[in-house]
Amino acid sequence: MKYLDEYRDPVLAKKLVAEIHRVTTRPWTLMEVCGGQTHTIVKQGIDEALPSGVRMIHGPGCPVCVTPLEQVDKALAIAARPDVIFTSYGDMLRVPGSSTDLLALKARGADVRIVYSPLDALKIALANPDRQVVFFAVGFETTAPANAMAVAEAARRGIDNFSVLVSHVLVPPAMTALLDSPQNQVQAFLAAGHVCAVMGWTEYEPIAERYRVPIVVTGFEPLDLLEGILMAIRQLEEGRAEVENQYVRAVKREGVPLAQRQIFEVFEVGERKWRGVGEIPASGYRLREPYARFDAERKFDVGEIQTNEHPACIAGAILTGAKLPLDCTAYGTLCTPQKPLGAPMVSSEGTCAAFFSAGRGLGGARSPLPVTPLVQVAPIGRAGVAEAPR
Amino acid sequence: MCLGIPGKVIEIRDDAGLPMGKVDFGGVRKDACLAYIPEIQLGDYVIVHVGFAISRVDEEEALKTLEILATMGDMVRSELATMGPGMDEPTVVSDDGTPATGAFGGAPA
Repeated sequence: MKYLDEYRDPVLAKKLVAEIHRVTTRPWTLMEVCGGQTHTIVKQGIDEALPSGVRMIHGPGCPVCVTPLEQVDKALAIAARPDVIFTSYGDMLRVPGSSTDLLALKARGADVRIVYSPLDALKIALANPDRQVVFFAVGFETTAPANAMAVAEAARRGIDNFSVLVSHVLVPPAMTALLDSPQNQVQAFLAAGHVCAVMGWTEYEPIAERYRVPIVVTGFEPLDLLEGILMAIRQLEEGRAEVENQYVRAVKREGVPLAQRQIFEVFEVGERKWRGVGEIPASGYRLREPYARFDAERKFDVGEIQTNEHPACIAGAILTGAKLPLDCTAYGTLCTPQKPLGAPMVSSEGTCAAFFSAGRGLGGARSPLPVTPLVQVAPIGRAGVAEAPR
Repeated sequence: MCLGIPGKVIEIRDDAGLPMGKVDFGGVRKDACLAYIPEIQLGDYVIVHVGFAISRVDEEEALKTLEILATMGDMVRSELATMGPGMDEPTVVSDDGTPATGAFGGAPA
């Protein structure tokens, strides 16, 4: 496919890896924010091809993973109502709540439907005027334009049997929360390309300056990630701390202004709890007052929610990069993508699921799919560019 | 959910007041809302996220990035003759000053 295949070229990847080895003189610790990037890095073995001492910490950018347990439990309570059609992005269905998940609820007869876009949920509401249709509006800044448009369209077209359960999170406050932590090890960030496609990168400029941390807006293909890592290491080696844009083909400094206008027409910034991380001030969106009638939390009284995380799950430490899935006693045994204990094992963007699908730490027998890494670990940086492509 | 993918806009239409389009992702065709990027033309490549175009792919920049990447190997090789080693692979410089081992040692020019 155009704009995908070219960015997976193994010959170019080897050149980039060799260049990273050439410019690196010291150990550095980088964080990729987005779960989609984590997936590519782990699947392609990019982290293992880097110079020893250069470490990738996998960031909290998995929207499914950070959606707080309270919101998942509220979703379950609303979805269980007989008058409700509960709609959601597919990834949310297997996220464990305190007692069950949406998929199990569906199996027991609840009307839970997976939609690709919130506009599909709106169509379901139009087609079912006698039912209440609720959409689980989760995600980072990337899904916000879609979720905001669905609410704005419901208001414009008077679709009053539609509402949203909002659990929106924002990237920059999570980055500063990590940087403010006394345990922080991150020296440079790869910012999430598509979040920046929507929002631009002006929000990141004060962060780079204040914390003296390089931030490179980075795409999602193997070559994008390798180039982003190279740009970040160059900055670190040269003592610079700037916002740079690797993902030039898709991201502009100002982002997409019409999308931002729509987001802020419907949503306002407020505090938000992150699963496994805790409450971060001004780190999420909530509906503005004029759109309150589309707020599922107000429409349905879900009562007191008592949450209960599985005691073996270390999702919080995984999300902040303090621990790797391999440090978890439940990883691959008690907790698998088929039977997840925590959200990072559910979503394809979760670090645990990324490790699992790459067969990391599972032994040969349990590796689920044969994955041919684009970046071969051993020869890179030794034989270098002259080596024939495999 | 969060994975946006690039596709080619093959149809633009108005759907109850909302600018919509059909986008081709290497053979798989999906509807997408085009409201946020009004400058989109037929044949443009866009990145689609949960049914919304959130970016128009800049073809010129896309090609430029690939060109830079493609020339990097030569750049590296010519620089390596004068510059020091990377962290992992110390270059052993021979008596006559040419790199004997290391990242690109022994590589045919």
